[in-house]
Amino acid sequence: MHLHKYEKIWLTFGIVCLVAFLSIVGVNAFAQDHTPAGGMHTIDPEKVRETAPFNEPGVKQLDDDTYQATIIASAFAYDGGQTLQVPAGKEIIFKLTSTDVVHSFTIDNTNVNMMVVPGQVTTKSYTFKEPGKYLIICNEYCGTGHHYMYTEIEVTE
Amino acid sequence: MLAAADRKLALWNIGVAYTAFLIGTLAGLLQVFIRNDRLELPAWLDYYQILTAHGVLLALIFTTFFIFAFFISGMSKSLGTFGPKVLLWNWIGFVVMLTGTVLATVMIVIGEASVLYTFYAPLMASPWYYVGLALFVVGSWIMGFALVGHYMKWKKANRGELSPLFAFMTVTTIVLWVIACLGVVATVLFQYIPWAFGWVDTINVELSRTLFWYFGHPLVYFWLLPAYMAWYTVVPKILGVPVFSDSLARLAFVLFILFSIPVGFHHQLMEPGISDFWKFLQVVLTFMVIIPSLMTAFSMFANFERAGRKNGGKGLFGWFTKLPWKDLRFTSIFIAMAFFIPGGAGGIINASFQLNEIVHNTLWIVGHFHITVGTPVAMTFMGLTYWLIPYLTGRKFSNTMKKLGFIQIGLWSVGMLLMSTAQHILGLLGAPRRTAYSGYNGHESALEWFDGILTNHVTMAVGGSILFLSAMLLLYIVIMSAFVSPKAVEPDEFVEFPLAESDKRATPKFLENWWLWIGMAFLLIIIAYAIPIAQMIQHAPPGSRGFITW
Repeated sequence: MHLHKYEKIWLTFGIVCLVAFLSIVGVNAFAQDHTPAGGMHTIDPEKVRETAPFNEPGVKQLDDDTYQATIIASAFAYDGGQTLQVPAGKEIIFKLTSTDVVHSFTIDNTNVNMMVVPGQVTTKSYTFKEPGKYLIICNEYCGTGHHYMYTEIEVTE
Repeated sequence: MLAAADRKLALWNIGVAYTAFLIGTLAGLLQVFIRNDRLELPAWLDYYQILTAHGVLLALIFTTFFIFAFFISGMSKSLGTFGPKVLLWNWIGFVVMLTGTVLATVMIVIGEASVLYTFYAPLMASPWYYVGLALFVVGSWIMGFALVGHYMKWKKANRGELSPLFAFMTVTTIVLWVIACLGVVATVLFQYIPWAFGWVDTINVELSRTLFWYFGHPLVYFWLLPAYMAWYTVVPKILGVPVFSDSLARLAFVLFILFSIPVGFHHQLMEPGISDFWKFLQVVLTFMVIIPSLMTAFSMFANFERAGRKNGGKGLFGWFTKLPWKDLRFTSIFIAMAFFIPGGAGGIINASFQLNEIVHNTLWIVGHFHITVGTPVAMTFMGLTYWLIPYLTGRKFSNTMKKLGFIQIGLWSVGMLLMSTAQHILGLLGAPRRTAYSGYNGHESALEWFDGILTNHVTMAVGGSILFLSAMLLLYIVIMSAFVSPKAVEPDEFVEFPLAESDKRATPKFLENWWLWIGMAFLLIIIAYAIPIAQMIQHAPPGSRGFITW
């Protein structure tokens, strides 16, 4: 098969770019631990409120530098205990599941963008740099009230 | 001119396509005004119902019926008139597909299926919606197999010869479509239908999502490849040059069979149930599809330069001004290609694993598919419509129609530029997709999204309105060309089917060895999917019952 000289240059340039992009993404993900939301834990979607840790939704301190925020999503609200309040500069591990349909848990102005799937527990770790009140929205269609499904997290000093 | 029976078949497909286009674009117009809070729907109609109709009718029905009309015309032209069996099975496929379409559309309209076109479980639509979708896919298979039958008859009569490029590309696209649909057929037939009829109580949600996206990504290549077919085979003829390289064109197409399917996880990067390793592996495979896209881009510009120089263009870029800009058939498709440059680049961003966190389910994605399927594919189909309908009906395409056509593509370009730019930026700021108007109780961050020069409640609506105007103009041209324009009498009044010569003397035979490419495609699919899907089944949580939350 004949390849034009310029086409060889063009394809080589393109493929080198691809390798560079993939290497950056791969190193950032696996060497620097910047992986997207995920997790392999499963849960009975009918028994969410009886299963740990979702029997006690809310923010819990795990050790000096780590907190866990356990939140239940259901149409059309989030249950994260009394109020969602976490400190800035500490690692927050978000754990979510759904009692009904698929939702998302998306914190505006951050990289936290988690799909919440019934039967599965989604985990994402995030450290807030700036204190303030952050808007949390559901960005996966979940029904008539989807656009009213939101809450707020307060990040303190 | 093609045989009357073949033309009738193609025209019926075009008719259904543009009926779906009418309803789908009308839904789009309503959406932009609901999203900026200028329009309140009556109680019996819901934003998400309209959104479902918009997605299903434009992305699935308009595209598929138009694609088959293009295939039928091109196969009849390049391989000869259809035999009675090919015709019969095409009509059977058409009727099955149309029945499915009507059934699904009725379910959407009566509010029994506001589940959007991704129909994610455990949102549970009426079972008849899923039956409609299944019939649609089965109908498309029947039509696809009928066309493959026509191709096999030609192969038998021309042993050892490579098929014409148009026929080769049609078969490639049908092979891709059939393999891709296995996923959605499996989930609809074995998961959704038994569950929605109540024969089983629960559904494995993560498995259904995975099977859907196994189908969902090659679906976009099913839209794109017919547009590429026009770029490879129709555009050179309009430019007056032969196909740049027959073997490269064929190689690019078979690479799409290999690399457009085992990549669905890049739509599921933000969700649990799939480990990082498998997500990343499919990210790598996703990037492979960029190679045939780069090959296509090169071939296109090589054609442009050759044609421009032939017309007397000098210097490094002088050929560019010598392209046939006054030819509506060319300019429309050129604009379509130009939109695909940012469209494709955006796709690389979306598939970049953790970078997807910034854009997943935001308006950025909506902007992305409006400058991929919504313009490069749709405007290529418009560019084909201008000559395909008059070619099939034997009517004239007057200078007035040409002028209207230029206005139509101009409006579409401006409208899309405004709407998709606003959507891209709004998405980066965090505004969600698939969401009716909401101020989130006046939250500061939500107000900030809509506070920019381009990112405000007006731009998207202005863009959407211009697009709708363009769509109505196109429908006027369609109706004129189909029913009203005067019949061509003189030989120079007839509209031609531009199909370029392709020199296949140097093309290696293995490129048309289907079993090789199908085998390799399945090998890649098994590598990418076998283990994660086995895990999803073995370690499945208790399933979900159905929910109707609308």
